[in-house]
Order: sequence, then C-alpha cells, then structure tokens
Amino acid sequence: MSVTEDDVRRIARLARIAEPSDRLAALTGELNGILDWIEQLNEVDVEGVEPMTTPVKFPLPQREDAVTDGGIRDKVLANAPSSEEGFFVVPKSVE
Amino acid sequence: MTDFLTLSLAEITARLKAREISATEVATAALAAAEASQGELNAFTAFDRSRTLAMAEASDQKLAKGEGGLLEGAPIAVKDLFAVEGVPTTACSHILDGFKPPYESTVTSKLWAEGGVFLGKTNMDEFAMGSSNETSYYGNVINPWRAKGSEAKLTPGGSSGGSAAAVAAHLCYGATGTDTGGSIRQPAAFTGTVGVKATYGRASRWGAVAFASSLDHPGPFAKTVKDAAILMQAMSGHDPKESTSLPLDVPDFVAAAAASVKGKRIGVPKEYRMDGMPAEIETLWQQGVDWLKAAGCEIVDVSLPHTKYALPTYYIINPAEASSNLARYDGMRYGLRVEGQDLTETYEKTRGEGFGHEVQRRILMGTYVLSAGYYDAYYLKALKVRRRILEDFDQAFAQCDALLTPSTPSAAFELGSKSADPISMYLNDIFTVTANIAGVPAMSVPAGLDASGLPLGLQVITPALDEATMFSVGAALEDAAGFSHTPEKWW
Repeated sequence: MSVTEDDVRRIARLARIAEPSDRLAALTGELNGILDWIEQLNEVDVEGVEPMTTPVKFPLPQREDAVTDGGIRDKVLANAPSSEEGFFVVPKSVE
Repeated sequence: MTDFLTLSLAEITARLKAREISATEVATAALAAAEASQGELNAFTAFDRSRTLAMAEASDQKLAKGEGGLLEGAPIAVKDLFAVEGVPTTACSHILDGFKPPYESTVTSKLWAEGGVFLGKTNMDEFAMGSSNETSYYGNVINPWRAKGSEAKLTPGGSSGGSAAAVAAHLCYGATGTDTGGSIRQPAAFTGTVGVKATYGRASRWGAVAFASSLDHPGPFAKTVKDAAILMQAMSGHDPKESTSLPLDVPDFVAAAAASVKGKRIGVPKEYRMDGMPAEIETLWQQGVDWLKAAGCEIVDVSLPHTKYALPTYYIINPAEASSNLARYDGMRYGLRVEGQDLTETYEKTRGEGFGHEVQRRILMGTYVLSAGYYDAYYLKALKVRRRILEDFDQAFAQCDALLTPSTPSAAFELGSKSADPISMYLNDIFTVTANIAGVPAMSVPAGLDASGLPLGLQVITPALDEATMFSVGAALEDAAGFSHTPEKWW
C-alpha cells in the first residue's frame, strides 16, 4: 500500500497538523518508504495469534472510586497559555 | 576538572559517607563542570543552581548525622522527559515551551528520596523520537568521544543523548534515561557507559512525558554495572499512580551485580549476525562469548526467528501510540499556542509549528495506521507479530538464562550522516528494539574500542523479572573487559 499527496493532506487534517505544503512531496516519499519497508510483515504467519497490547502479565489494577487529589486550581492553570479568573481561556468553539 | 568527578557513584557515596568530602563541594564542582561543558557538548537544557545546592546542603546535614540513602549527596542528571517540579520540562520540544510541571515524576521522587542531588535536565531527541539527538529543539548534543586523530563531531546516540554524554564526560555520577526502542542502550554503547532498562513496569512511567506507552522504559546511565544496579534499585518499585507498574517487591540488584555467573547458560542468537555489520563488532561479540565461557558459563546457540520483523513492527506500534499520546498537545492548557482564525486552525498552527519534522512524521504515520480501513492491515497485524516476537524470547529462554548480543550495529557516527534517511536512522535500534517489544530486561555494557578508538557495547537480555541475572552477567563482562577508557577532555 502507498499514500498520495492527497492522502497525506487528509491525514494531516485528521491529526490537526497544519498542512505541511512545502514538504508535502518529501513527506509523501518518506512515508511511502517506511510503508514499503513494513510491507515485509506480510511474510509472517499470524493465523490464530492473539494481538499483544502490553507486556504486563498482571490484570489492570482497580482502586476504590474515591477522590485522591484536587483543590489545586492555580497549579493546574499555572502553565496555561491564557487564563482569567480561574478559567482557561480558549478560542470560541460553539457558534 | 576536579579529580573526584571521575569517581564512580559507589566510590563517591563511600567518600561522602566517610565525610572525606562534602556533598556541597561535590555539587559545586559538578555544576561548574557541567556549565563549562555546555558550549561544546550541549548536554543540558536547564539548571537550577539554588535547588542543587540546597539539596546538597540537606545531604550534608543527613550525612553529618550518619544518615542517608543509597545515593546520598551524589549529583544526578535527569533526562528532560521527566517532570521535576518547577523546572522547565519540555521533552526538548518547542510545543512544551515554558512548561514547568507543578508535580514531580515518580522516578525522580525516588532518586531524591535516596539522597540524589538534582544536577540539571539533559538534552534529548524531541519527545524521545530519534537515535542521534539531532531532533532536539535545543540543538545537537556532541559526544565527548572523538575518533583518533579527528575533530569531527559525533553523535552521542539518542534519544537520551544528553544523559549519556553527561555521564561519559564525568559531569554527574548517574543520569536517568528512557528506552522505547533502544534510547538508553544505544547512547550508552556510543559513549562507553552502562545503560539499563529493567522489566517493563519495574520503574514507573508516572510523570515522564508519554511517548509510546507500552514500550517506554525508564532506566539509568552509569559509569559501572554496580552503579547502574544502585540507580535501578533506587528508581524501581510499585507505583499506585501508574496502572502498568508491577505490583512486586524489587529484588536486590546491587547484590546481583556481585553474584557469580558460574553455570549460567548464555544464549547466542544467530539472527543478530547482520549482513554488513563491521567485523570488529562480530569479533567483540565472540570475545564476549569467550569471556563468559571463561567465567564458567555454558554457551548455547539459540534462534529468535522473528528478529528481522521487530523494527517494522515497532514502526507501526510506536507511531500509533505516539499519535494518540501526543493528541494532548493542543495549545489550550499548557505549552505553545499559535493563534489561528478559529479553534481548528489554532490547533493546526500550534501543532504544525510546535512539533518538529520527525515528530510530525510519526504522528502522521500513527494516524494513518490507526485510521479506518488500515487499522487491521497495519496496527492489528503488528500487535500479532509482536506476540510472535515475545514467543521467540519465551522459546529461547527455555534453553538459556541470558542472551548475549552486540548493542548496536556500529560505533558512534558523525552528526548529519544519517538524518536524511529515516530508515537508516531507525536501523540503529535493530539489536535493542526486540527487548522493548517483549518488555524484558536488557543492558549495554562497554566492552571495547573499535579501530578508531570509539567505544562499543555488548548487550545482555534476560527473561522478564530476572534483572538479577542481567546484572550478574553484565558485571562478569565488565570484569573481563576491564574497560577503563574515558574520553580525552577537549571541551
């Protein structure tokens, strides 16, 4: 499988990355180089193999559903590019 | 340079404990050496002099009372991926400009609890994506090692290049790194240092900037195997804040580094003999086999048939996880924001300007392999091959206690020589990436020099949870190699 420049434009849109117009051709070439290289995985017989999502052999832990942290509004906001009166300030998102 | 900076971690903590030297004196000298190296090596991204000196002072007070932890008074450098409260933590990305975490990572908390003194944040590839430290927003790190008769600038490896360079140049007594495909072991091999990652989940990822979560392993860089065992011991342990943290007690790694290897079965995997690999690496590998045989080990030929599929598998899983993890950088709550006409354009401009080329390439690849219509062909397939690779290890470890392989397919290369071709850069991790895919412990031990005088490493891989055997085999290689080379100071 390979990607076209239009595909790369679409993927960039999905990933919310500004269209890399000046590098579109180069990027398409690089991605196709990597895709060609990973094609070799088709040689592997994976019939009946269960996908492996983690190397951990323990079940995911659970804890009591209780508040363990909080009350640190100012710390949470300290790194915000923009904040006012205890809130994050973000671009308008609802018309 | 002040002579005591060349001591090992075990040596300096013994002197500190005996009150032959003060933690303040050590920290002051380390800070001066680190700051003076910046113009040439560029290993650090941030210092906090007053914090360093305050921590050293606190260590001196403890030591005066005969108290203190495993690292008491020793300056330790921290890869910029780990949150240190109030100190800029950017993963060397423009998108995290100015970010000062209001919390401390579990790994660094543990190091400070054992008396480690924070020296500074170290340079790295952006979001740990790279094998040469050339993708950092803060510029290249230069390897303290140079080829004989040459002044060419060499890579320290990556992604933890700054940590590796800082330890190799004797600017600190140990450093943290993270290893997702070889990001500790490859730079360790390139700088003549010891680099370790333990079993997946042994050291907590909490407070470390997430890259590819199922592959990320925190671990140390050190001058000796014993030092690496001390640091790994200090960093490890169950963390209730991290869901994949192993709910197990930590074995005594330091004792393991002094244990005999007599009777251990060492597997030599034939698939790690690569076409085009320099003869010196082949020779060093054979030398390692002979050393372990002489130390009383039994050598077994083993096969890991899916080895060649490990990197292509990794370059599906890694970008997939990275694209998901890096979705959080949206310019709203922290870091860089580049304003656009509307919300979507603000996201796009922020991420377009904030992420470097390699990071964008991985996010795009990850987005693609997870997108509708391609998920099964790429992502699901890779997860299945991942299990095949794990099964290879299970079968090999039925016949042996540890595997011995080269750490890297070459010595340190010149900066710029591989940056044009992503795949040739990715191939650096050909021997290291399998251990991340399987989540098993692995370390690189400096074992010799190539013809141009550059360090080469040997890798020891052991079954999950058996770091003890890894440390004892690593120590046996270290003893036999007697590697005492250190880069000649030019910086």
